[in-house]
Amino acid sequence: MDTLAQLAEMLQRGEDQEVLRLTREAVAQGLPAGRILNDGLIAGMNVVGERFKRHDIFLPDVLLAARAMYAGMEQLKPLLIRDGVPARGRVVLGTVQGDLHDIGKNLVAIMLRGAGYEVVDLGHNVAPAAFVDAAEREGARVIGLSALLTTTMPVMRQVVELLRERGLAGRVRVIVGGAPVSADFAREIGADDYGYDGASAVDKVAALMEAR
Amino acid sequence: MRPHVRFLSDELLQQILDEARDLLAAVGVEIHNPAVVDLLHAGGARVDTATGRVHLPGDLVDRALATAPAAFRLYDATGEATHAFGSGEVTFTPGSAAIYILDEATHAVRHPVTADYVRYAKLVSRLPHIASQSTAMIAADVHEQIGDSYRLYLSLLYCEKPVITGAFSAEGFPVMRDLLVAARGSAESLRERPLAVFSCCPTAPLKWSGATSQNVVDCARAGIPVEYVSMPLAGFMAPVTLTGSLVQHTAETLSGIVISQLAAPGAPALYGGSPAIFDVRYETTPMGAIETMMMDCAYSEIGHRLGLPTQGYIGLSDAKLLDAQAGWETGIGATLAALSGIDSVSGPGMLDFESCQSLEKLVVDNEICAMVRRLRAGIEPRDDFPAAPLFQELFREGHLLIAAHTRRHLRHEHLFPGPVVDRAQRSRWLEEGSRPLGERARAEVAHHLADWEPVRLPAEAQAALTERMSAEARRFGMDRLPDHAG
Repeated sequence: MDTLAQLAEMLQRGEDQEVLRLTREAVAQGLPAGRILNDGLIAGMNVVGERFKRHDIFLPDVLLAARAMYAGMEQLKPLLIRDGVPARGRVVLGTVQGDLHDIGKNLVAIMLRGAGYEVVDLGHNVAPAAFVDAAEREGARVIGLSALLTTTMPVMRQVVELLRERGLAGRVRVIVGGAPVSADFAREIGADDYGYDGASAVDKVAALMEAR
Repeated sequence: MRPHVRFLSDELLQQILDEARDLLAAVGVEIHNPAVVDLLHAGGARVDTATGRVHLPGDLVDRALATAPAAFRLYDATGEATHAFGSGEVTFTPGSAAIYILDEATHAVRHPVTADYVRYAKLVSRLPHIASQSTAMIAADVHEQIGDSYRLYLSLLYCEKPVITGAFSAEGFPVMRDLLVAARGSAESLRERPLAVFSCCPTAPLKWSGATSQNVVDCARAGIPVEYVSMPLAGFMAPVTLTGSLVQHTAETLSGIVISQLAAPGAPALYGGSPAIFDVRYETTPMGAIETMMMDCAYSEIGHRLGLPTQGYIGLSDAKLLDAQAGWETGIGATLAALSGIDSVSGPGMLDFESCQSLEKLVVDNEICAMVRRLRAGIEPRDDFPAAPLFQELFREGHLLIAAHTRRHLRHEHLFPGPVVDRAQRSRWLEEGSRPLGERARAEVAHHLADWEPVRLPAEAQAALTERMSAEARRFGMDRLPDHAG
């Protein structure tokens, strides 16, 4: 088995130390960073995603793989920048103002990072302007909004409206999620999409990144 | 600790036993089989020539109980042990001998044919929580005189799991025994590694027909385990009270044990039954009635007190469709059966007073069985003490999703049923087609049938089975057996 196949395998098994070692080994062998990313890390993560959807493996396995992915990515990041490999994209994430529930949002952050995205996590109780400012500052293409309380859901609409006011609608996409949120609600407030769990959020973010 | 439910106090249980023994001695049983009457007479029973009743004295019952085994095993077609009756494990088998099938495609109730039986046997081979197959349907496309052996024949060809079955007549038994011997290789290996259990049903009240009493004797002598299936009907052919019906059930079952043990001391058997209340509004025998289930659990307590493994027709429903009633009656029954520790539970798949099998219900019930087996395993400490370090980890990491403790115990502590049980978020459920239970079950049946793997029975054994079955079919004017390979 070559190094990249081993890398993909160790990533699937969530062995972060092995992934770190094999990433370094691949770099030392002179393999281009973009290839290590695509044929090693992302190839492994794709298998993990598929197996998770089929219920062959469960969330803890995905999170372990995500942690391993992150370990490999940290090694590759400077090389990817040096080689001019386009990043997968940046997502600004947070629980909206008035809401302190961040478990779901944290899960989404781990899974997005595991899928190779850069996540700017603003934490919880985040004001609408803070989301929009961060997206502008960080050059994020997607804002992810989380809410657990029905009383804080209207803040999501305020973020969408603020983006429109600042002329960013369309350039910065909004995805919403959280227990009381639904696809209908997302449509109603003009958000671009809705993710019902961590895995669906990753899929939807991927589609939003493509859609431009 | 295994969770446990009890319905009978020690005093009541003893009183039921005492009364049943008095009944056997004073009133006796009616046995329509001269050879069995002779056997009992030779064993010490008093035969009343005027009434024809056989009175079983207490010491005869005691001797029978002393030789009846407390435990025995079943083995699948490959010779692998699958059941350890008497070990405390609760196992499930489909409800047996339905004359109808609920057709998945048309939702119509119709008589099953060979193709249905084959699909049924294939499906059972794939269901992990259904430990044995039963001869669950009677195929309508063969002569009724071979209806019993033909089900066993198809079962042996399409599923490796042991078979809970029964002969419809005294003549049916030798054919079925021959089929089991052909599958196992020899009569000796069949005795060493039982592949089937025969249901033998006394007739209420306190009566044995010629055929069933002969089946009890023949099974005992061949080393084939039986389950006595006494069926008092509370309020009709038995006292209306649950206690009164339990006395009758106990007496009928003890009489079966006496016949077995006189025929062959040490003969393996399950202390079984299928009592029911009689619903005087509809003139029906509801298997999903709570009182029926209570009687099942209670006689299992009596069987266990006698040191015997037990069986019960519980975990089935009287609903006509795969509806909410089908789910709750089956679920309550299976739960109670598990909490009572009934060793062999006959029920899954069955609807409509034990008359209609449904393949979709079987896959639903498989998941119910999985849940109640988890229930039976109870709550145990697993690296939980001292508790503080794990909580320190929770506060440090913010979650325990990838903690070593979680990874070590997740798959044992939590059961993951599905895909019939739905636990998806509404959005995912919508995205995946908003499929109701029946549709999910239907898809699961199709999925299992596609993944069926042929039975690992040697080709010569399969040929011997077909030869024996064909010979029997010819005796009843059938030149050839229905095509079942397609």
